[in-house]
Amino acid sequence: MRLPLSPNIKEMPMRWINSRPGNGARLALALLPFLVVAVAYMVGSVERLAENPNDKLLPGLAALGDAINRMAFVPDPRTGDYLLWSDTGASLTRLAAGLGISTAIALLLGLVIGILPFARAALSPFVGAISMVPPLALLPILFIVMGLGEASKIALIVIGVAPIMVRDLALTALSLPREMIVKAETLSASSWQIALRVVLPQILPRLITTLRLQLGPAWLFLIAAEAISSDSGLGYRIFLVRRYLSMDVIFPYVVWITLLAVLTDFLLDRLRIAVFPWSELEKGK
Amino acid sequence: MSALSVKNLWKEYGDQIVLENVSIEIETRAFVALVGPSGCGKSTFLRMLLGQEVQTRGEILLDGQALPKEPGPDRGVVFQRYSVFPHLTVLGNVMFGKELQASRLAARLFGSVRRVVEEEARAMIAAVGLMGSEDKYPAQLSGGMQQRLALAQALIMRPKVLLLDEPFGALDPGIRAEIHVLMKKLWHEAPMTVVMVTHDMREAFTLATRVVAFERPRDRPEEKLRYGATITRDITIWPPRQAGQASLFRPDRDGPVSSKGQ
Repeated sequence: MRLPLSPNIKEMPMRWINSRPGNGARLALALLPFLVVAVAYMVGSVERLAENPNDKLLPGLAALGDAINRMAFVPDPRTGDYLLWSDTGASLTRLAAGLGISTAIALLLGLVIGILPFARAALSPFVGAISMVPPLALLPILFIVMGLGEASKIALIVIGVAPIMVRDLALTALSLPREMIVKAETLSASSWQIALRVVLPQILPRLITTLRLQLGPAWLFLIAAEAISSDSGLGYRIFLVRRYLSMDVIFPYVVWITLLAVLTDFLLDRLRIAVFPWSELEKGK
Repeated sequence: MSALSVKNLWKEYGDQIVLENVSIEIETRAFVALVGPSGCGKSTFLRMLLGQEVQTRGEILLDGQALPKEPGPDRGVVFQRYSVFPHLTVLGNVMFGKELQASRLAARLFGSVRRVVEEEARAMIAAVGLMGSEDKYPAQLSGGMQQRLALAQALIMRPKVLLLDEPFGALDPGIRAEIHVLMKKLWHEAPMTVVMVTHDMREAFTLATRVVAFERPRDRPEEKLRYGATITRDITIWPPRQAGQASLFRPDRDGPVSSKGQ
């Protein structure tokens, strides 16, 4: 006896979860949401400008281009600086200092907490508690104690970012398989050698990843600090021109900050793959 | 010499008794396979030999000396997983122990010392059949090759005792048979005692000189907590296997014996 075949096998459409875009389609799909936002902005801008040519809320392309030109390529009449670049320089210097200090702290404390049970007992609850303090609530204290200069802004970034990085790295070090540590011990490794050659190299890729994840918060704290007290910086400029409703400056600045952050994020990941090729091979295992 | 002597060993986790009154004498150059049902404490026993865990009572002697409370270079180990370092290449993995031993502070070797160690490591890599893979990372190796690498990495330290915790359990049968041949060869050549935990009876009887079974003599649910497992069978393979010697009756049974012998 022949069993009937299951009906219309051919006509059955492929499940949605199993159909994947090709390379071109993927690029098009990736660009689509950006395009939608840009078009929506343009439409809104044109509509508002048609109603009131002096509208400042959604400036048109010409106004935006004019503002970008003014900020980036024409020296400021008062100081002689090219404002966009001097602001970028000031902000990136603060950001780099804050993230650099945070990275050093995270690497040191994360490693020690992850490896040494005594250090873990002493520091882990403390770091856990510190990471729960809302950093912006500390900003007035920082301004009072450290003054309104660079130190307090860098300190805010460090306080906001470092504790989470420390915890992340400590957890990464702790989650290394016990077998690996034991194996190193049977190869005559001391605690120092295990830290230096087993744990440290294996948490460095995660250090880069955790740094990438903290880029957003770091920018947040930077701009908050610059908004309150500064005389230069991307955040300072945005909050300064807000008084004149200068959306034509604010929009390009926001886009520029986003671009910088996205680029840093991308470059850090490239760096990880270039320096620790094995970490990419281990992915998905 | 590398004789293990275990006397009245107990292991308890709180109220739970895992092993009770385990005593065994393991002679130098023996190859002991530990078998038994899951959860009978044979891996716990191996971890105590390794120094990863400390017994509750009793003593373990290696050549008459009590074992230190932590793992050391006299006892090599190969686990089922995570036995090699993912951030080091094959060559780096095999050289690793030697580098740690020779350079206590930097844990790295340079120049002529490095070349000597590298040569030894390359010989070891060749001995386990991994020539040509020196610059690969473990993630680029198959499961069988990773275990070969783990063996090379452990054996370059010339341990007195090699401890194997289900090392070949995740390999498919063909690869496993190949690595059994390698294992016999290494056991014949290196002056070490081997203790291996395995689920595979066939593997136990293929490789070992002695098969030791762990079991719970009392295994009713209400007895499980307060009665641990102990050694219930201790079978010597017949005709006997001896390290460095081909079997008298079937010369090919015990794998390739190099002329160096013991």
